[in-house]
Amino acid sequence: MLTLQCPHCGVHAEETELTGGGEAHLKRFGPGSDDDAFEGYLFLRENPKGVHFERWRHSYGCGKWFHAARCTVTMEVFGTYTAQTSKPPQDLLDRISEKRPGWRWRDLNEPA
Amino acid sequence: MKRYSAFAVAREALTGHKGWERAWRKAQPKKRYDVVIVGAGGHGLATAYYLGKRFGITNVAIIEKGWLGGGNTGRNTTIIRSNYLQDPSAAIYEKARSLYETLSQDLNYNVMFSPRGVMMLAQTEHEVRGYLRTVHANALQGVKTRFITPAEVKKIVPIIRLDGPRYPVLGALWQDRGGTARHDAVAWGYARACSAMGMDIIQKCEVTGVRQEAGRVTGVQTTKGDIACDKLGIVVAGHSGVVANMAGFRLPIECVALQALVSEPIKPVMDCVVMANTVHGYMSQSDKGEMVIGGGADQFNNYSQRGSFHHVEETVRALIETFPMLSRLKMLRWWGGIVDMTGDRSPILSKTPLEGCFINCGWGTGGFKAIPGSGWGFAELMAKGHSPLTEEFSMWRFREGKFIDESVAAGVAH
Ligand SMILES: Cc1cc2nc3c(=O)[nH]c(=O)nc-3n(C[C@H](O)[C@H](O)[C@H](O)COP(=O)(O)OP(=O)(O)OC[C@H]3O[C@@H](n4cnc5c(N)ncnc54)[C@H](O)[C@@H]3O)c2cc1C
Ligand SMILES: [Zn+2]
Repeated sequence: MLTLQCPHCGVHAEETELTGGGEAHLKRFGPGSDDDAFEGYLFLRENPKGVHFERWRHSYGCGKWFHAARCTVTMEVFGTYTAQTSKPPQDLLDRISEKRPGWRWRDLNEPA
Repeated sequence: MKRYSAFAVAREALTGHKGWERAWRKAQPKKRYDVVIVGAGGHGLATAYYLGKRFGITNVAIIEKGWLGGGNTGRNTTIIRSNYLQDPSAAIYEKARSLYETLSQDLNYNVMFSPRGVMMLAQTEHEVRGYLRTVHANALQGVKTRFITPAEVKKIVPIIRLDGPRYPVLGALWQDRGGTARHDAVAWGYARACSAMGMDIIQKCEVTGVRQEAGRVTGVQTTKGDIACDKLGIVVAGHSGVVANMAGFRLPIECVALQALVSEPIKPVMDCVVMANTVHGYMSQSDKGEMVIGGGADQFNNYSQRGSFHHVEETVRALIETFPMLSRLKMLRWWGGIVDMTGDRSPILSKTPLEGCFINCGWGTGGFKAIPGSGWGFAELMAKGHSPLTEEFSMWRFREGKFIDESVAAGVAH
């Protein structure tokens, strides 16, 4: 069973307390954007075999949204962090690089 | 290939069973093939089979990183039905179901197709309305289904409890020619027939790269060396995103774990398939007597082929209310598979941005039933460049807003 520590209330919450919110750090596109950007934003989710960044909600706890970095193969959790950011914190990225040299995810400076 | 028959069984019984041959040849990769299929699950094998059978293309290799049929094809609860809502779905699922009717004869391999009837319980008013709509749609599509009353439900499934406090049975969608088949046998039967046509099934060989030149596929890199090909079919279910990445394009797909479990074997108590979508549970009884139970999918991306205990608990808890006799059963085995989900819960059978490279994926929680129809249509798409069965299932339909919305018909796992 997956457990994540909520960065807001500090509780080590297990899966049934949490609601998954899908890929993290999406950039939203609206009217006026081109087809590629709109398709990417709406449908082309990251689906990595390995390191992944996600949104989660501590639904049956404090109710707040937060972010988590997790491995989709081993279920190892690299860390959780606040929802009020558009990028994972650098120390978390460093920790992941230490454990998974050469890992890749979508370029966080590029749109989804 | 020596044919299986009652006569062969008698002959072998008299000669010490020494004359049976291997069902398929062991093969090492050649330098080049006309067509390479990645993934020896049901869909990949069926594609190869119909390429040979319908279009005479037999210089084909099917490359599998594990063992054939060891992916979702060997992990599912084997429900076969075609009572979907949209016309393109009805066409491909009903094609598949009708091919299942004679598949054992066509392949000379007993796939144990058992059209025992599939019952989808309506346990809320919304479901009643939804299924009535499905029945009308099916009537227009030529798919035979019927809405049945609670009394009829009880007659077909005596072990059911109709008046559960939380999940009363208000009726059901009934397809009498739906049912189950033996999942391994479907993979093995197609594999044997492919091998007999001279195709190479290469197991324990992982595709690690896709080679291309000027926007056209030229071959694959594998753990057993490079293999050249004119056309490439990617049919890898849970790994579709990974292999698509090697070919340089993205897919509107996310992977999650879906799980199932079986009970200890008991005497026959239920001779049809029952699905209870409100509670995310579905059940049938295997020939060995085990109750085969499928549950819901995880809410997060996952490649671990492992389920979550609380989903099992949820499924079993709800099923026990509808089938009180289950509460006494011990559960024996429990496993998961990685299913490839699209946003509209319909599959992708499509050309790709890479010329000569085709993809068949997105069957998600419900592709076992579709294996023969998918192979039939996808082989045509690969051989001729188009197929009436696959036309609407392009990977660009999301971008174009042409969804084939089956979230009601397929929203639960099966
Ligand atoms: C628990 C569960 C219950 C289900 N119940 C039902 C049901 O009742 N009815 C129904 O219709 N469907 C059901 N399904 C869905 C069904 O199992 C799948 O849709 C179907 O089996 C997919 O077949 P496939 O051939 O596409 O994939 P698979 O059988 O998964 O085959 C893909 C193959 O590709 C191989 N592969 C992957 N990457 C590579 C690589 N790089 N190189 C070489 N080979 C590779 C894999 O090893 C695998 O063998 C269920 C699924 C699960 C998990
Ligand atoms: Zn919290």
